[in-house]
Amino acid sequence: MGDYVRQLPGSSAGLARRPGATQRFHLDVPLLGLLLALTLFGLVVLYSASGQDMGAVIRQGRFFLVGFAVMITAAQISLQRFQRWGPWFYLGGVALLVAVDIAGVGAKGAQRWLSIGGFRFQPSEIMKLTVPMTVAWYLADRTLPPRFKYIVACLGIIAIPAALILIQPDLGTALLIAASGLFVVFMAGIGWGYIFGAVLLAVASAWPVWMYGLKEYQQQRILTLLNPESDKLGAGWNIIQSKTAIGSGGWEGKGWLKGTQSQLDFLPESHTDFIIAVLAEEWGLRGVIILMGLYLLILLRGFWIGIHAQSSYGRLMAGSLTLTFFVYIFVNMGMVAGLLPVVGVPLPLVSAGGTSVVTLMAGFGLLMAVSTEPRRVVH
Amino acid sequence: MPQHIALKDPNREARIFSARTVTAILIVMGLLGLILARYHTLQITEYETYRTQSERNRVQLQPLPPKRGLIYDRNGILLADNRPSHLLSIVVERVPDLEQTLAELQQLVPISESDLEAFYKKKNQRRPYEAVPLRFRLTEGERAVLAVNRHRLPGVTVEAQLLRHYPHGELFSHAIGYVGRINERETFELDASDYRGTFHIGKVGVEKYYEDILHGDVGYQNVETNAHGRVLRVLERFDPKPGADLVLHLDIELQRVAFEALGEQRGAVVAMDPATGGVLALVSTPGYDSNLFVNGISSADYSALRDSPDVPLFNRAVQGQYPPGSTIKPMLAMAGLESGLVTPEYTVADPGWYSLPGDSRRYRDWILKIRGTGHAPRVDLEMAIAESCDVYFYDLARRMTIDGMYEYLHPFGLGERSGIDTTNERRGVLPSTRWKRDAMNQPWYPGETISAGIGQGYMLATPVQLAVATTALATHGTHYSPRLVQAINGEAVSAPQLPPVPGSEAHWQAVQAAMREVVHGRRGSARKIAKGIQYEMAGKTGTAQVIGIAQGEIYREEEVAERHRNHGLFIAFAPLENPTIAVAVIVENGGGSSAAYPIARQVIDAWLLDEENPAVAADVAGPVEAN
Repeated sequence: MGDYVRQLPGSSAGLARRPGATQRFHLDVPLLGLLLALTLFGLVVLYSASGQDMGAVIRQGRFFLVGFAVMITAAQISLQRFQRWGPWFYLGGVALLVAVDIAGVGAKGAQRWLSIGGFRFQPSEIMKLTVPMTVAWYLADRTLPPRFKYIVACLGIIAIPAALILIQPDLGTALLIAASGLFVVFMAGIGWGYIFGAVLLAVASAWPVWMYGLKEYQQQRILTLLNPESDKLGAGWNIIQSKTAIGSGGWEGKGWLKGTQSQLDFLPESHTDFIIAVLAEEWGLRGVIILMGLYLLILLRGFWIGIHAQSSYGRLMAGSLTLTFFVYIFVNMGMVAGLLPVVGVPLPLVSAGGTSVVTLMAGFGLLMAVSTEPRRVVH
Repeated sequence: MPQHIALKDPNREARIFSARTVTAILIVMGLLGLILARYHTLQITEYETYRTQSERNRVQLQPLPPKRGLIYDRNGILLADNRPSHLLSIVVERVPDLEQTLAELQQLVPISESDLEAFYKKKNQRRPYEAVPLRFRLTEGERAVLAVNRHRLPGVTVEAQLLRHYPHGELFSHAIGYVGRINERETFELDASDYRGTFHIGKVGVEKYYEDILHGDVGYQNVETNAHGRVLRVLERFDPKPGADLVLHLDIELQRVAFEALGEQRGAVVAMDPATGGVLALVSTPGYDSNLFVNGISSADYSALRDSPDVPLFNRAVQGQYPPGSTIKPMLAMAGLESGLVTPEYTVADPGWYSLPGDSRRYRDWILKIRGTGHAPRVDLEMAIAESCDVYFYDLARRMTIDGMYEYLHPFGLGERSGIDTTNERRGVLPSTRWKRDAMNQPWYPGETISAGIGQGYMLATPVQLAVATTALATHGTHYSPRLVQAINGEAVSAPQLPPVPGSEAHWQAVQAAMREVVHGRRGSARKIAKGIQYEMAGKTGTAQVIGIAQGEIYREEEVAERHRNHGLFIAFAPLENPTIAVAVIVENGGGSSAAYPIARQVIDAWLLDEENPAVAADVAGPVEAN
């Protein structure tokens, strides 16, 4: 297997060999292995986090099966086809977002879901893939690094869906989607001058907006978001409980199924957004390092695929999808540990829930399509 | 596009991408390291702290709701207090089978559908081990039944809490409003932590306007509980900050007199202190028992209130917009004097009707149907006000034009919210050519100016607006935005002053003298209330038409259905020298001002002739006792 891995980037040595099953199905074996390990680990943690509910584990397992099926299917599609289809999916997604803003079903006061024939889904989920796909499609055939007017066009492509999601209102998802698109621009080599300029502009405009654009209660909400522990009875309660869960885990952890914070219901959202606190409580810092190690390997593999991709489109997609995956990890682990504001971001491939699994796996399928691109060219 | 392909340099792009990837990897590693360092701090450095905290995981944070501020009248009589009441609540975590427990509880005490609905809603928002209220205001008997069955109902608790109570019920319903259970929309808008443990919120009136001040700040305590949830000891406690007490300008006696004087009639009375803008009485009838709303009004009670043709939930004093009728005349007279269009000596010929030059339509004076002629061959300003001559004001209005009237009447506060410290105030209408263009997209017709001259047509005012305008007449132009609240927690609140109404002393005195004649004059339109009066009162009657009367048709009151009868209005202030009270009264479908002025007399009597003062009381009784 080790030999095989080294031959993946379309080297002539690899081509000389008889194509194996993984090659025929365009699978990237190291990535597949890492994902399988991560999802299995996730199911073990979920069993404990859900209060030893086998039903929840089976349900999540089914999501994973669907996810892997989606990934393998996506891997069979040629990159050119992704490149051609991306913008159309993007347009469709934007249309659905408009529909959701007009006729969506509210959940906890926000309109995110669209119900068609009894089947409910979040159109914003589609955008997580199609925004980077569309930006990459737009930039792939142009000279890189992109010139100013192309950057402006990319910002337009990103801003439309982000604004539509923002008014649902779903600030977290809007920021993530904007980030996934901006990563493409970053990977395309946008000048550092633009990057620092944008950062300076954002910092400089924050003050007047804060002083004159926001009412006092809005300022209060933002302050609570930034410092949830100031609100001991509200948002702060979750963070105090999750920090207690993490901290009391120590190095060794309290043992699987033995976390008091999680098993006695003190930890909110223990099987969804806050699942990392269950892992940290029961498996200790050791468990956190194992999980982070798995994530890091997946990220490195993603970057590696990008560097060895043959087309601009492939490179841009691999780079941005990997960075987006990282942002999920960073935001979730940071918010549960009280380092970042609490926004509803699940821990990728570990938190219970189906939609994010399917989206993430579709992204990994695309990554595999990039990774197996060179062989396709020769066939 | 082809030119881009020509410029593309694949090798350079691959190099750029590789450099960016290296940067990205460095950033990713750095940030993951930061996260790992954070987990390291929590799990290794601060391990002991969190371990102890998790050991004590039966420690609960309990909210301590603040005591709602009390509301007093100016004499220190309680108008809204808090009374202990018992509520039944459930700690869901300690109940083995919630459905079964609820079913058992329903056997013991009555629990309504809306109680259950509110319970389930609240249950989904609670934190672990937080008690969820199920039934409020348990009776003594219900508490006894629950106490007996307590042992077989784990997780069910009966707690005492303070509940709003309005000792005077309907008397103050429109003056202070009420609190009610927090509804779903309010939950969304409220500061969730500040209202933890609070189940009620001001819904309307003073209770809503001063919600922030009345509510106070939530406190909390950390308590250690045993496995059964019993509190063993309080670990730390942050006391709630009680809401501020409000002292109102309202006088309960005055309020009662006004309320009883209106009796079964629909109407409103607003009495103000001209010197401060304080509202001494604010009554709208019919009212309702504010206590009904405190714990969720039953749907039968609510639909009875909502569907009543008398609209008891409607606060006529601030929401009711009525044509001011002839009560506008003193203000208009002031406008005429100030603009120089009339002088106190100026007279108008009064045949009992008026018509515009070159127009055959006759605008009738009200006296025409009674006497068949005008008030006098020539009418001056004093007579025009004292006898409420329409022709004089038809003529003045025509010469002044509608925009001239707007300019002079607007400073009195007409067509503008007075800014009174209560909810749902309406702004009325002070018409102008611009207003009509904006509101109806139509030009102004000269005939409409004529009806505006007697406060009819488009002109609308609320009783509070009329009271404010009356204070301006009483003080020679100095008036305030009305205030119900006099002091918050003992600290005086002063009413904001409105831009003064400009006017010369001589003109104010001329108008006041004419208003005095309304009451004290031999032919004054409110002379009936001058009988036995012990002070000098200035007033102005008004009658507002509810339905239009066609040209040539004579209006006969008895033939018109009750709901189509005219509204009766009266504004007044007293004593004439140095006034201490200004009153506006409206009686819906009262027929005419005679329904309104006796009420004003009673209210002012009650204010000026304090019966607790024996000297004055003896004076009142004087002629009868005659000793």
